[in-house]
Amino acid sequence: MVIRKASDLRYSDVTPKATYLSRRRFLAAALAAPLAARAGTKLTGIVKSPFSTTETPTPYDAVTGYNNYYEFGTGKDEPVKLAKDYHTSPWTVSLEGEVAKPKTLDLDAVMKLAPLEERIYRHRCVEGWSFVIPWVGFPLSALLKQAEPTSKAKYVAFQSFYDPKQMLSSRQAHIQFPYVEGLRLDEAMHPLTLLSVGVYGEVLPPQNGAPFRLTLPWKYGFKSIKSIVKIRFVEKQPPTTWNLEWPEAYGFYANVNPAVDHPTHSQATEVRLGVGRFGQKIKTQLFNGYGEVASLYSIMDLHKNY
Amino acid sequence: MKKFWLSRWTKVLLFALCLAPFLNLLWRGYQNKLTANPIEFITHYTGDWTIRFLLITLAITPLRGILNQPQLIRFRRMLGLFAFFYVCLHFATWIWLDKDFDAHEMWADIIKRRFITAGMTGLLLMSPLAVTSTAGWVRRLGYRKWQMLHRLIYLSAIAGVVHYYWGVKSDIRLPVMYGSILALLLLYRLQK
Repeated sequence: MVIRKASDLRYSDVTPKATYLSRRRFLAAALAAPLAARAGTKLTGIVKSPFSTTETPTPYDAVTGYNNYYEFGTGKDEPVKLAKDYHTSPWTVSLEGEVAKPKTLDLDAVMKLAPLEERIYRHRCVEGWSFVIPWVGFPLSALLKQAEPTSKAKYVAFQSFYDPKQMLSSRQAHIQFPYVEGLRLDEAMHPLTLLSVGVYGEVLPPQNGAPFRLTLPWKYGFKSIKSIVKIRFVEKQPPTTWNLEWPEAYGFYANVNPAVDHPTHSQATEVRLGVGRFGQKIKTQLFNGYGEVASLYSIMDLHKNY
Repeated sequence: MKKFWLSRWTKVLLFALCLAPFLNLLWRGYQNKLTANPIEFITHYTGDWTIRFLLITLAITPLRGILNQPQLIRFRRMLGLFAFFYVCLHFATWIWLDKDFDAHEMWADIIKRRFITAGMTGLLLMSPLAVTSTAGWVRRLGYRKWQMLHRLIYLSAIAGVVHYYWGVKSDIRLPVMYGSILALLLLYRLQK
């Protein structure tokens, strides 16, 4: 109806009080949900972990200002700028597929699953640079166990949050969205595999994959999927975004391996950023130096299964 | 308008403008504003300016015709040499900051990575043009031979765009944009 004069309104047009109030509550909740609003919040009760490296962490500005998060632009400096007002409705993650107890957890429930640990991990990007990042999180297995995967579950598939209204389209970013990743079940359950909920003692900033993401220190960084909304246990190896984009360059396993080249560059060395004026060139180690995962791949040809 | 093009100060102004991206880079270096990955930043910055100057150089001939300003030819050599200047910076970044003067590593890259093969090709094609850019060389070679040699810039620019396209991770927007502009500039010459 078009309201031309006050007398055009009838009493029956008045919004019922209950609806009026519930709309206000809905808006308040929606506006209260910007992930950026949580940014900077300190996390408490963090314990140190024996899995941490003794190497010096990369400066905070680099870790939170140099990111590959193509949903917010393909330039490394774009996510920190464009993800600032990134907001979602209250966050949930679903556990589904070959499980005895499929469920959906909200952010509060996830944060309470296990004691928070500080894990200072090396982070090696497939592009040839690396960071040392002081993550805060807990083993992914604590989350996965909640759903009680059955014997049919051989792989775990992950999916990122995607909102075309706030993010680039697949055409603009040149990779398929929503971003998907996958792990073999034993990789997902490994003690090193971290569900990161924070970095540098604070809640994860949006550009680092808020509110939580994977951290797989022995694999190239693109495996560490950000902003997880769906976890599905499956029988067959699931599709992964970068493998779909360029299969010769990006494999399913993506284990850090100096002996296996990328089509555009050797992986034998990397530039450790944040050290010196131009970074420091160092030799890349197999599994990024996390030899404790070697047993997962002892019978595999790592050149074929890259 | 003719007086403006003929004035020596116009060339000085143009020289300053062409040098500005380099001075900006030095300034950023001094201010530590080279991002968390300075080698990647400098490589992309100098590469972008190389292709831009190549395209600006190639635009002179069409602009002379379209704007009816034949005097623009006076600036073409300077613009071409600046393209060579920026490609030298781009190449120096690679051999020094990236490869640490490791000749074995460099050779391996040139033969194994097709985008580097394309880049080296572009650089090698541009080099004789920089060397023979003087009036002395035009005399030595004779104008016709000199003109034919300098047509190598078309191949060099194509090699540059291909180098860019094959080198990016997934976002092909910039190489495709530069390639499209190059295609238009080359088409102008074909239909002339």
